Amino acid sequence: MTVAIEKPEQTETAEPAAPVKAARRISRPMVLGAIVVVWLVLFAVLRGKQTLTLAAADLTDLHRWINDFNDSIGANRNSNPLFLYFFNEIRLVIDNLVTFIQHLISQPSGARPVPEIGWLGVVGIAGYVSWAVGNWRVALLAVAGFTFFGLQGLWQESMDTLSLTLSAVFVALLFAIPIGVWAGLSDRFNRIATPFLDFMQTMPTFVYLAPLTLFFLIGGASATIATVIYAAPPTIRITAHAIRNVSKTTVEAADSLGATRRQSLLKVLLPMSKRTVVMGVNQTIMAALAMVTIAALINAPGLGPVVLQALQSLDVGTAFNAGLAIVVMAIVLDRVTTAAAAREENARNAKHDFAKWRRPLLGAGAAVTAVLIYLSHTYLWAADFPGDGTVGSHIASAADSATNWAQDSLSGLTNTIRDVITNGLLNPFQTLVTDSPWWLVGAVLVALGVVLGGWKSGVTTAVCVGLLVGTGLWSDAMTTLASTLVATVLVMVLGIVFGVWMGRSMMVDRLIRPTLDAAQVMPPFVYLVPFLALFGPTRFTAIVAAIVYGAPVAMKIIADGIRAVPETTVEAATSAGCNTWQIITKVQLPMSRSALTLATNQGLIYVLSMVVVGGLVGAGALGYDVVAGFSRGELYGKGLAAGLAIVLLGVMFDRITQAAARRATA
Amino acid sequence: MTPTQTEVAHRSGTPQDSEDTPVISVRRLWKVFGPKAERVPDSEELCGLTRRELMDRTGCTAAVRDVNFDVRKGEVFVVMGLSGSGKSTLVRCLTRLIEPTSGEVVFEGQDIREADAARLRDLRRRKFSMVFQHFGLLPHRRVVDNVSFGLEIRGMSKAERTRRAMEVVELVGLAGYENSYPDQLSGGMQQRVGLARALAGDPDVLFFDEPFSALDPLIRRDMQNEVIRLHHEVGKTMVFITHDLSEALKLGDRILIMRDGKMVQCGTGDELVGAPADDYVREFVKDVPRGDVLTLRWIMRAPEDGDALDGPELGPDVVVKEATRAVLAADKPIKVVEDGKLLGIVGDEEILAVVAGQEGGA
Repeated sequence: MTVAIEKPEQTETAEPAAPVKAARRISRPMVLGAIVVVWLVLFAVLRGKQTLTLAAADLTDLHRWINDFNDSIGANRNSNPLFLYFFNEIRLVIDNLVTFIQHLISQPSGARPVPEIGWLGVVGIAGYVSWAVGNWRVALLAVAGFTFFGLQGLWQESMDTLSLTLSAVFVALLFAIPIGVWAGLSDRFNRIATPFLDFMQTMPTFVYLAPLTLFFLIGGASATIATVIYAAPPTIRITAHAIRNVSKTTVEAADSLGATRRQSLLKVLLPMSKRTVVMGVNQTIMAALAMVTIAALINAPGLGPVVLQALQSLDVGTAFNAGLAIVVMAIVLDRVTTAAAAREENARNAKHDFAKWRRPLLGAGAAVTAVLIYLSHTYLWAADFPGDGTVGSHIASAADSATNWAQDSLSGLTNTIRDVITNGLLNPFQTLVTDSPWWLVGAVLVALGVVLGGWKSGVTTAVCVGLLVGTGLWSDAMTTLASTLVATVLVMVLGIVFGVWMGRSMMVDRLIRPTLDAAQVMPPFVYLVPFLALFGPTRFTAIVAAIVYGAPVAMKIIADGIRAVPETTVEAATSAGCNTWQIITKVQLPMSRSALTLATNQGLIYVLSMVVVGGLVGAGALGYDVVAGFSRGELYGKGLAAGLAIVLLGVMFDRITQAAARRATA
Repeated sequence: MTPTQTEVAHRSGTPQDSEDTPVISVRRLWKVFGPKAERVPDSEELCGLTRRELMDRTGCTAAVRDVNFDVRKGEVFVVMGLSGSGKSTLVRCLTRLIEPTSGEVVFEGQDIREADAARLRDLRRRKFSMVFQHFGLLPHRRVVDNVSFGLEIRGMSKAERTRRAMEVVELVGLAGYENSYPDQLSGGMQQRVGLARALAGDPDVLFFDEPFSALDPLIRRDMQNEVIRLHHEVGKTMVFITHDLSEALKLGDRILIMRDGKMVQCGTGDELVGAPADDYVREFVKDVPRGDVLTLRWIMRAPEDGDALDGPELGPDVVVKEATRAVLAADKPIKVVEDGKLLGIVGDEEILAVVAGQEGGA
């Protein structure tokens, strides 16, 4: 039966792709239109056939095979030499590092009921280090921030998160800086490393977790390893970039003075790229914090699990309190490292007498910090944060009542928005992609890939589609795809409106940009909390969170693109009598087309990672599969396959949009 | 077309004692960029091709083609050419910042191309130093630390190198700025730092790669005067790269003109102006105020019957501009005399022909 039907279908699959050959002669929008029309017609005819749906508890052979594989690894973990001498060793080292830092600042250590260094000592260290690497303003911020964790009643959780973040950053930098320097010095190594780094950064945070648990079990160690992998690329990239951008003349000058390779590395290249490298370290820290919170899914301790449990039980107040702690920690870490990057330059321009005082002041600060550490080690009042976190419960209950108020009085508005977008945009589109036969959607995707990005991206798309089918999660992948695309469309609308506005007005840019920068620093997790309060646990919540997460980057890229349009071109258009609307639509937007495609690319990737995290609040589909895979053994294989499907979607989106961006610039 | 290398007496102010042993001797030097570059200088056929043909045939670019010259001790040797003529590549080949493809660069009786890494480093640390067009300073170090950088690399102690750096800072007129950072200085002052850094190691030879091209005209003039002053004070051998003919004429004892990697002519300024080797050089020197460059040697004529031979005497190396007043003031032609021997005479017509900008001299 099926074979009989499939035959004519096969010829039809080629049809949407057929006009592509004429793409040069017929305009691209016409081809796209034709593809959509063919799709709609076939959809009307074939609706509901061969959709490859899989019920939540159903498994395919692949999933069962992964389950078995996981079981066999579990059984042989202590006998297989690969594990005995490699994975287990890594795990042990990382585990020791994490436990060591935890005993230092967060967990009871040995016979002591409290960690080695109590809250007073940690606050002292935080302030002192911030002051030493940054300035007194960020030191105050750090002290205030850390004290706030205690007041929230989340001291131990915050310190756990900090311990994991610090261990991961430490290990990541241990590898990332030398690798970055190498990539900066060697063209060949750089060429090899770049595609890997691209790939690692395209992936949503989420998908690192599943395969790692296979090798490193769940818990702090594998959370740290996942974080290292996720957080290292920015530093590698930025270090390589910094080394590469050191002025050629300066390196040549050092050579001409007879510097050895080592001397020119230590005295020229590294000092001159220090500032940029610190910015890379900043990015690594931010990425690590984001990942450590999400690693709650694999039982990493800290603030993440608090948010996670609260999200799952829809306890907005608690989630908000813990989310706030994550935000505060992100702000403190970001400000301190940014100040560290700027410090040397400021010090250079500062008066000399200040520099003279710096050394003795640092010494005095160290002495005070040592006293604080001693106190916190010896006395209980300085070890255990006093009070019972009343501030935290106030925050939680305030958030709760705000939520209740919002749900009571804004529900009309929020529900309307939700229903309009869900019914008007999301549902029809989702129906279209999930209820069409898989081969039809696949063919449409390939055709779009070819038309938008050329033959190469068409081939990549075809491979991705094939593998998606192979994961057995086609239908779920299509649901995620629908949500992602809808969210991306909205991101681009926002991005274009605000980006154009920012690009055209310096003042607007100065007002909005700091907010956008701050928004990008936040771990994706915490975005869910406020929208959960407003919209309840639905797909829509995830989509709104994704929009808010993805829009800043799109806005910034578009604003920069608009600004990069040469002043003279705009002037010429103005002198030709264009009005503002004409300048925007006929000059500025067309000329920043490559920025628009790049914004789409970044928007898609950001949105995808967020839509997946949305699986935590009822967004379903792939995100849910992954989450369920972590918590229920029999769904482990399915979760891993879902992670793979997310990767495939990411690669597909990324390749098509990047190829399109290259076309736009060409 | 062979480069003319006429021997004419030097301009005043250059030490002439040991000019017979050149400091640097360049022989058949080639630098070819591209795949399998080493076959180009070896093949007579490929050598004969123009730059374009070579590119089409082999995918190689010959930046320096068969260059030969000697740099004498204590002189300022200028290499001049337009951009793309290979002059910057040439100067980098001399210290192997760029590895030459073939040929010899003899310094102190040894071919630099044979030197191993340690010897080369030692040469760079003690014998050579270079001043760059874009300064190449270290932005994270103060002026004094930039100047002492070369000494630091040698392994000199901090106190000693700071003392030496301060001397040189003083010498280049940067006293009072030693604790500034490069980005707090103007372009001209930054280049003084570059100059000081080059001088700090007390090298035998200073290489200048278009050091003043990035500077404003007025500052450029100051810096040129600074180089002339330093040359008088420290008497170093200098190899100076420029694309500016007036700079070349102002600073250079001898000038090498390059075009498309080949040397076109090598000689003193008055030789280039007085006897250009080909149309390329002629076009180059067309707008030079000839009276400022040519000496009486270039415009004198043999005495004819009826010339009064009892006029005042001048040497053959007096520049026309300086002789003008004397020639015009005298009512008889000037005798050009060297070592008591009459070489020729110069009258009003000869002077006016040069000063009025007409063709004159050789």
